[in-house]
Amino acid sequence: MSRAMLFDGSLCVGCRQCEAACSERWGLKYDEAIAAEEKLSERKLTAVVTAGESYLRRLCMHCSYPGCASVCPVKALEKTPLGPVTYDESRCIGCRYCMVACPYQVPVYEWSRRLPRVRKCDMCYERQKEGRPSACAEICPAGATICGERDELIAEARRRLAESPEQYHAHIYGVEELGGTSVLFIAPRPIEYLGGNPGLPEEPLPELTWRVLSLIPNIVTVVAVSMGGVWWITHRREEVAEAERREREGK
Amino acid sequence: MGGALRWPRVTVWRVVFAALMGATLYATIVRFGGGLGKATNLSDRFPWGIWVGFDVMCGVGLAAGGFTIAAMVHIFNVEKYKPILRPTILTAFLGYLLVIFGLMFDLGRPYRIWHPLVMWNPHSVMFEVAWCVMLYTSVLAMEFAPTVFEKLGWQGALRWTRAISVPVVIAGVILSTLHQSSLGSLYLIFPYKLYPLWYTPLLPFFFYVSAICVGFAMTIFESWHSSRAFGRRLEAPLLMSVGRVLAVLLLVYLTMRFLDLNYRGALPLLALPRTETYLFALEIGLMAVPMVMLFRKRVRQSTGALYACAVMVIFGFVANRLNVSVTGMEAGSGVHYVPKWMEVAVTLGLIAVGFALFRVAAQFLPVFPEEKPAAPGAGGDPLAAAGR
Ligand code: SF4
Repeated sequence: MSRAMLFDGSLCVGCRQCEAACSERWGLKYDEAIAAEEKLSERKLTAVVTAGESYLRRLCMHCSYPGCASVCPVKALEKTPLGPVTYDESRCIGCRYCMVACPYQVPVYEWSRRLPRVRKCDMCYERQKEGRPSACAEICPAGATICGERDELIAEARRRLAESPEQYHAHIYGVEELGGTSVLFIAPRPIEYLGGNPGLPEEPLPELTWRVLSLIPNIVTVVAVSMGGVWWITHRREEVAEAERREREGK
Repeated sequence: MGGALRWPRVTVWRVVFAALMGATLYATIVRFGGGLGKATNLSDRFPWGIWVGFDVMCGVGLAAGGFTIAAMVHIFNVEKYKPILRPTILTAFLGYLLVIFGLMFDLGRPYRIWHPLVMWNPHSVMFEVAWCVMLYTSVLAMEFAPTVFEKLGWQGALRWTRAISVPVVIAGVILSTLHQSSLGSLYLIFPYKLYPLWYTPLLPFFFYVSAICVGFAMTIFESWHSSRAFGRRLEAPLLMSVGRVLAVLLLVYLTMRFLDLNYRGALPLLALPRTETYLFALEIGLMAVPMVMLFRKRVRQSTGALYACAVMVIFGFVANRLNVSVTGMEAGSGVHYVPKWMEVAVTLGLIAVGFALFRVAAQFLPVFPEEKPAAPGAGGDPLAAAGR
């Protein structure tokens, strides 16, 4: 059982109430100027982006195999079994590797603070634990953002695509991408807007690193044995030379 | 001591040094008083700048001489490298200390730098990097300790460090192997972001080999500078052989780079008129030219030419690390990053501190072998011999 979120681009009316609700939940200031910024920043952790005639949302995708959590040296970021990827600011050292590694460029930093934190959507973790929808889903008047179990949401998305194929680009974003995400998207057009980079592989990104990291024990063993071996050989040579010299002198 | 000759030069450098320290101090105040946003041009889309790309990437790389020469002397038993062992270890030690010091500027919460000690994530390359920095700095401290003990005349401690020297050196080789390569592994997780001239699954391997190259180049570089500053003789025949090793290593490295590009089908990218192409060409040129030169005996025999080659390799190495961490990341991140002057000031300040510390250490500690007949080829002046 894992909680997920479905955003339907063909239903969104661009009222930005989700932004307001999100800012309220995080205790962030929200006004017209901030509403007009169509990008994620320390001022807002979700953004409604105008994409032609329709709207799309930017927020943490809560990957099933999140790059951010895999690269964090201190496990400040974590994929919870429930679905959301959470952030524990008391562990964070501020290396910002998570920000570099996020394929969607979602985590943002408090650049102007003396003791900055990483900021990102956590799918309203405390609400999800109680089975309640996130603040943004709860407030959405158009039903464009909904929360639920991931399997059920995928089934629901499939149903919508089948019922009105003319309204949608026939793809559910987040079922396969990067090994799956807990935030799913359907929309009238292909989703190249996510702010991430096109050409994301289907396999989970952490695999790329783990392939090398898992070699460490072998590397250590091989280097240790070969260095030890070389040392023994080279110094053995010296010993032999020494012995021979002594022999010669003895004669 | 040639003091009369040295004075005017040093004065100029002292002025530059003082100005630089002033700028660095100002930048430090801004950085810690106003946050990273005030002191840097970093942004959400470009969170790593030259403090990572230069201070960490290059700082660690330029310290690579430490493990290569230590292995040469203690493991491979190539005795003739002994005279350059201590200066190289000193450079590496200072290099690592400065990397840690530099991290204090870059980390958002520097006072939590110890967190990876107790909060583990073995899936993170950064976690591996953190441990390697800590452990290898300790190893370097142990490798450098005899120099200090000798000065203090602590015979007991000296005997003790000698007893453990071989395992310590082996540990150093292991840690360096892991660390140099892991800096490349850091970039493995964004295949879609790093420009394909640089992204390759072999990044860790290339980082390792190029670090060894630059380790040898640094050895030549240092010997040249210390011979000028302290009037110490350049261990010329020795450096000639270092030049030889360097030539072969560079050949191996460059061949592998191109085979890899070819294998990944990235060679056609070289025809595109893009910034990436030019900077790639610069990086390769700075490695290829000294390689070709070093294969010529006449170049290796001239201290000046040898030094020029070493400088080129060092710049080529720096260009490579900056290409991977800055140039190659710009297109994929969708932003153009130019460091703020304060970022540059801190970086230059760190380098200046490094040079100053090296000088002080070399002056007060037995870093360079004294002019005694213990030197190989005693009698003849190696400089004169090489000059011919
Ligand atoms: S910035 Fe913080 S959360 Fe992000 S990877 Fe570094 S330590 Fe982890």
